[in-house]
This record gives sequence, C-alpha cells and structure tokens, in this order.
Amino acid sequence: MYGQLIVEGLSIGACYAVFGIAVVIIYKTSEVINFAQGEMAMISTFVAYHILNVYGWPFWYAFIGALFFAVLLGVFIEVCFLRPAKDPTVLGLIVITLGAEMLLMGLASWKWGAEQKDFALPFSFHKTHELFKGVVINDWSIAVFVMAAVLMIFLYIFFRYTKLGVAMRATQQNEHAARIMGIKVERVFSFAWGFSSLIGALAGMFFAARSTLDPAYMMEPFLRAFAAAVLGGLMSIPGVVIGGGILGILENFVGFHWPAWKPIVAFLVIVAVLCIRPSGLFARHYEKKV
Amino acid sequence: MLKVNNIETWYDLIRALHGISFEVKEGTIVALLGSNGAGKTTTLKTIMRLLYDLREEQPEKGTIEFMGVRIDRKDTEEIVRMGISYVPEGREVFPELTVAENILMGAYTRKDRKGVKEDMERLMARFPILAERRNQEAGYLSGGEQQMLAIARALMSRPKLLMLDEPSLGLSPLLTKQIFDIIKELNEKDGVTILLVEQNVNMALKYAHFAYLMENGRIVRADRPEVLREDEDVKEFYLGIATEQSVKGFKRYRRKVRFR
Ligand SMILES: Nc1ncnc2c1ncn2[C@@H]1O[C@H](COP(=O)(O)OP(=O)(O)OP(=O)(O)O)[C@@H](O)[C@H]1O
Ligand SMILES: [Mg+2]
Repeated sequence: MYGQLIVEGLSIGACYAVFGIAVVIIYKTSEVINFAQGEMAMISTFVAYHILNVYGWPFWYAFIGALFFAVLLGVFIEVCFLRPAKDPTVLGLIVITLGAEMLLMGLASWKWGAEQKDFALPFSFHKTHELFKGVVINDWSIAVFVMAAVLMIFLYIFFRYTKLGVAMRATQQNEHAARIMGIKVERVFSFAWGFSSLIGALAGMFFAARSTLDPAYMMEPFLRAFAAAVLGGLMSIPGVVIGGGILGILENFVGFHWPAWKPIVAFLVIVAVLCIRPSGLFARHYEKKV
Repeated sequence: MLKVNNIETWYDLIRALHGISFEVKEGTIVALLGSNGAGKTTTLKTIMRLLYDLREEQPEKGTIEFMGVRIDRKDTEEIVRMGISYVPEGREVFPELTVAENILMGAYTRKDRKGVKEDMERLMARFPILAERRNQEAGYLSGGEQQMLAIARALMSRPKLLMLDEPSLGLSPLLTKQIFDIIKELNEKDGVTILLVEQNVNMALKYAHFAYLMENGRIVRADRPEVLREDEDVKEFYLGIATEQSVKGFKRYRRKVRFR
C-alpha cells in the first residue's frame, strides 16, 4: 500500500517540481514570485485545447502550438508589464504579477467560459504497468517522470555549458557587471520569462489532464509548486525537484490517513519553512564579499 | 584615441560632471585622479554608457569619441565590441561562477570560439593564481585575486582601451605594486591603452604618462606626472606632504595621515 502511495506521490511531486522550476527561473532572474505563473500555463493549455477542439488538429500540433504561444506570452508579460516599472519595489512587482494573473483569468473566462472542460494527453491513467508486486504505475506518471528527467538534464547542460546559460546566471548574480561585459540584460530577462512560461505550460498540460481544464484550475498546483520551491530555497533547481518529491509523498500520506487535511499540506509546508528555515532545506549559506 | 568633450552628467537634479574634457592618446597610461566624490567613477560610467537607471540620456551635453567615432549614444555592448573594457570599482566579479566562467563572460561579445579558448589559456598562463583556482567559485577568492580576475575578465574582449577604476582599492602595498606592474606590462607589451582612476596618487603618478586632476566634477589640472609631483598643491592635498613655514623660517616636511 505504501509503495503505491510513494509512486503516486513521486509522480505528482515531479509535476509540482517541473512547475516549481518555472517559478524558480523567474525568481532567480527578476527576484519576484510570479503569481501569474499558473494563469500563464492555464492560458497556454487553453490554446492547446482550442487547437485540438476548434481546429481539430492532431495532438502534437496542439502541444507544440501551446508551447510556442507560452514563450510569446512570457516575453510579452515581461516586456509590457515588468520592464516599464522603473526601480520597482518587490511589493510593486508582486502587484504587477497579481494584476497579470487577474487579467489572464478574466481573458480565459471571456474566451472559453468558466465551465470545466476535458483535456486529455495521449498518456492515459488507465494503462498501468506493474513495477513490483502490488505497485503499479500508469502512463501519465511515466510521462511526467520522463519529462522531469529530460528537463533536469537539459537545464543542467544549459546553465553549465552554454554561453547564454552562464550569462543568465551571471546576470542574476551581478546585473551591473553583466552589463559591463556587454550582456544585454533586458534580453536575458525576456528570455527567462519566455523559457519559464514554456516550462510552466508543459506542467500545465499535465495538470489539466489530471484534473479538468477551467480558468481557475492552476491555482492549487501553483500553491503546491510554490511550496516545493520554498522547500528548496526558491533559488535552486535541484532544490525544487527534491522539494516537489517530498511534498508529493507527504501530501499522499496525509491524504491517505487524514483525507480532510490534504489540501492544506502545501500551505502548512510554506508556513513551516518560512518560520523555521526561510532559506530552504538545502540552502548553501553564501557570504557575500563586498 | 579617446576624446571626451565637455560632457555633463546629471543624477536627477544633481550635476555630477560639470563639463569635463580630456584625451587619452593611443599607447599611453593616463591617470584620472581626485578625492572622494570628485566624479571619477561617474566619468567612466558615462563613457561606458552604464547610467541606464537614469531617466535622461547621459551625458546630457558634450560628446565622447573613440577612434574617431562618436560613442556617447551607443549601447554598452557595442562599446565593448569596439574595444573599450572597464574594470569597475570594487571588482564586481560574479561570485557564484567559477573563475573560468567569469573569464569567459568577459568574451561575451565575441563570436570566435577558438580565439576565445586561446586567449583564455594565455591569460591563465599569465595569472597563475587564477589557473590554480580555475574551477573555484570567484566569491571565495581574496580581494587581490578578485582584482586579478576582474582584469583578466576585462582583457577577454581584446580591448584597445582598458579603463580601471581604483584597482588598488583595499590591497596591500605589495599587491598594489603587483597590479600596477601588470598594468604597465599590458601597456608596454600588448600595447593596450590605459585610463586609470586612482586614489593612490603617489603610485598612479609613478606609472602614468599623463594625469588629470578632478575636483567636484571638474578637471582642475592636467599635466605630466613629473610636473604634478613637484606641485605644492598636489603635494599637500593628494600626496599628503604638507610644507609649512615654521617660526624659524625653514621648511619642514610633515607626513599627514589620510583617512579613507
Ligand atoms: N547613483 C547616484 N545618484 C545620485 N548621486 C550620485 C550617484 N552616484 C554618484 N553620485 C554623486 O556623484 C558624485 C560623484 O560620484 P563618483 O562616484 O563619480 O565619485 P568618485 O570620484 O568615483 O569617488 P570615489 O573616489 O569615492 O569613488 C558624488 O557627489 C556622488 O554623491
Ligand atoms: Mg569612484
């Protein structure tokens, strides 16, 4: 029984982790929690839904189309909403992302309506494979694991070995010095938003297949991905992945023993981490030399 | 090579540079000296077009020419590409990147991968301390090592003009001398033109071919170091050697301690 709980917890945790990576990428570059992250993924998933059901194109067209749209949306929000704010405070930035969130939610309700829709991926929940005796795993979970693993490897290579990836880290550590090197910092920011939006849309489609698709369906996954990111210290990609795994398992165990408490696990985790160890479980304490 | 013509830079309503002009001739070391708040850093930032957080375009007045081309409205990226490199005040390395990654970032505007690799190896040979710490994070280097790293990083764009902002800040006399020797070698062996901002006037006057003195956003003196060293005002205010007339009527030299 517990084996099954762990497998399922890890698979949903991997999905939180992927979405949490999107949150972390923006937090690292723009130093703001992007509260519109969930809604950006939601709109992108709606675009996939639209291509599938209105145009009737095959799934992979819709999938690629949604990712493409997600990149444009991320860049658009950075350029039009965040960049004009000169010398913004953290609070100001949060208000901007909250505004973007409401705008996107309103837009989705107006275009596609508030009722719940079905969104299916070609990875079914009903096709299961036996891992060990009595422990099964379904296609959706396998796809999530594969996606998370590929993404991790890709990001590792990107941030370590490509010029743009290293420049992104450099910009995040010292924007002034990055400008001195001739790095176009504005472009790095736009890129980070587009990239994060794309990763968010990937996770968003998996969440939609698991629950339903409506303008508010990403609110809960966002809270959980945020909790995973807080567990990992908000700054580290491996941290958020481990955080996602821990949260997924924790949630499943609580849900199994005390079902009524399951929805607030993520919230409790956020509060507990912020009170006890605000820099996350795996913080590397780094002293800044002036 | 670099011609700055009557530039004015404003921080909102405060004028930091009141129309300054100077010239850096190819192949020379030029020192820009002055006390705290004189506007030296502002001058370098204006040249690099780094005053991006200001509302108005800076400099508001005047022109900056580099090799005969006006650069006062160009992007930093383009200025770097044209051959100006800037080692900022306080080094500003990327603390969580490794030494090698820091150096590579200096070559960000370059496209020739092979040339970048070769230059990197050449710099590593020149700065053995950096070669030893190649894969260590830059934030854990000592101040002197960070200064070497900042210089190495700035050299990766193959600059024709290297601008250094207080390279001796916080370094021991021995390390200061080492840094100045590196600067001299760069100038003589590699033919890099150098614009040096310094508080350590004594040292700067030893190495420079020409020097400008700044005060309150203006250039107040411009002369060769030999001349400035003998100047009474310079001696008193910058070198810390006061000449006083004592009662008995002979000159007495006194070293003043300067606090920074
Ligand atoms: N961002 C800023 N906003 C407003 N005023 C500024 C700003 N930066 C510098 N100033 C002012 O401009 C003047 C010149 O400063 P600058 O940093 O160029 O001096 P400096 O000669 O480099 O001094 P130091 O030797 O201490 O580095 C100072 O009066 C300073 O207060
Ligand atoms: Mg200065």
